[in-house]
Amino acid sequence: MPGSGYKGAQIDDVDHFLKGGGIDSEREQAIGQHIGYRYDVNLLPDYDRLTPFLKDYLEFMGWDDLNWLEDVHMGYDDGQAAVFDRNINGWVAIPEDMELPDNQQDRDMIAREMLIKFQMSPDHPLVDLYRAYRKF
Amino acid sequence: MAGLTDSTSTQMGMHTEPLTGRDIKTKFTLENEGGFGYHFGRDVDFNRRAEIDCAQLEPTEINRKIRELMDSGHGSIVVRNPGAKHSLIVGILNRMNIIVEGSLGYFGCGLLDGPTVRISGRVGWSFAENMMAGICVVEENAGSTFGAALRGGDLVCKGSVGSRTGIDQKGGTIIVGGDTGAFSGFMMQRGRIVVCGNAGKNLGDSMYDGTIYVGGKIRDLGVDAVSAQLTDLDRAWLSRKLKMYELLPEQGVDHFTKIVAGKQLWSYDNLEPTEKKLVL
Repeated sequence: MPGSGYKGAQIDDVDHFLKGGGIDSEREQAIGQHIGYRYDVNLLPDYDRLTPFLKDYLEFMGWDDLNWLEDVHMGYDDGQAAVFDRNINGWVAIPEDMELPDNQQDRDMIAREMLIKFQMSPDHPLVDLYRAYRKF
Repeated sequence: MAGLTDSTSTQMGMHTEPLTGRDIKTKFTLENEGGFGYHFGRDVDFNRRAEIDCAQLEPTEINRKIRELMDSGHGSIVVRNPGAKHSLIVGILNRMNIIVEGSLGYFGCGLLDGPTVRISGRVGWSFAENMMAGICVVEENAGSTFGAALRGGDLVCKGSVGSRTGIDQKGGTIIVGGDTGAFSGFMMQRGRIVVCGNAGKNLGDSMYDGTIYVGGKIRDLGVDAVSAQLTDLDRAWLSRKLKMYELLPEQGVDHFTKIVAGKQLWSYDNLEPTEKKLVL
């Protein structure tokens, strides 16, 4: 299931939220907003689909599995594929010209890889925040 | 916010509050590429090892000492004689190994982002609260609110834990080798709780999302917590995870019960009074 469906709204199409959907159930139509996450937050990772970059990252960190990245998925914000970065409390949009795989598991692996690259970048907003507010 | 303009609520005069511009929105570009650690992180070597004897030190001094060792490149630190002192090993945003020989008091290992911590003894209330990433393994028992507001990483207690385990959990995995107390998974929003033993009353009360797996008996379920079918992906993930921490039962994981949110409480404030009664 590519999205956390509100009761009465079963989502089967992996591109459902890219096509502008999400206002499906009677309740959602009444309030004019999608209820819940725009992806399945409970989807467990398929470890057969790890990318080489992710394998290198896990080795660097000394972990045997994805650890915190198990909770990172490719989401969909305003009809665009994006990853939620908890460190800036905002969405990081995937480049529009990037071709997305046809299944959520592979999309999630791309999302994890891109989020690491973004968070560890010297341009990440947390770098400035850390400099300004660090206590030790 | 597609669809807002023609919704029933808009026609009724609601949605006057501007909904845009409240959160940061940015675009990923390939120029963002960096290394594997935070830009402000310390470069540590797992093979550089140091020890701290905590017997005569205050918690603040112990935490400062850990930070100084990390700054000087030590990637493995052994903490001796912690004496169940409170608020030890907090706010570390780096990869590193910390081995605690003894027990910790309240609020140990809070706000971690990256390290692997192994504790040979017990831990008090609110252990690993708000952990973002990393691994914490407790060899004996833990107190209440174990992993409160956990956001990411693996939190493992090989013994039993108190009540309200994973309260307000927002991500990550909590694994309990023994039993867990009442109200475990209370108000959890996402993440996973795995209990190899029994679970106390009101399991998963008011959970919004997330998954709870229980290997033993469940005293009773809380409001809006419902059982679900264990899938092949669940079984593969559970086996892999429990094996990592040497907690995989001999009989495997087929006997585990899976608990998820019934989602009847979603958008609770929008429900009619009669609907609210039905939910509760």
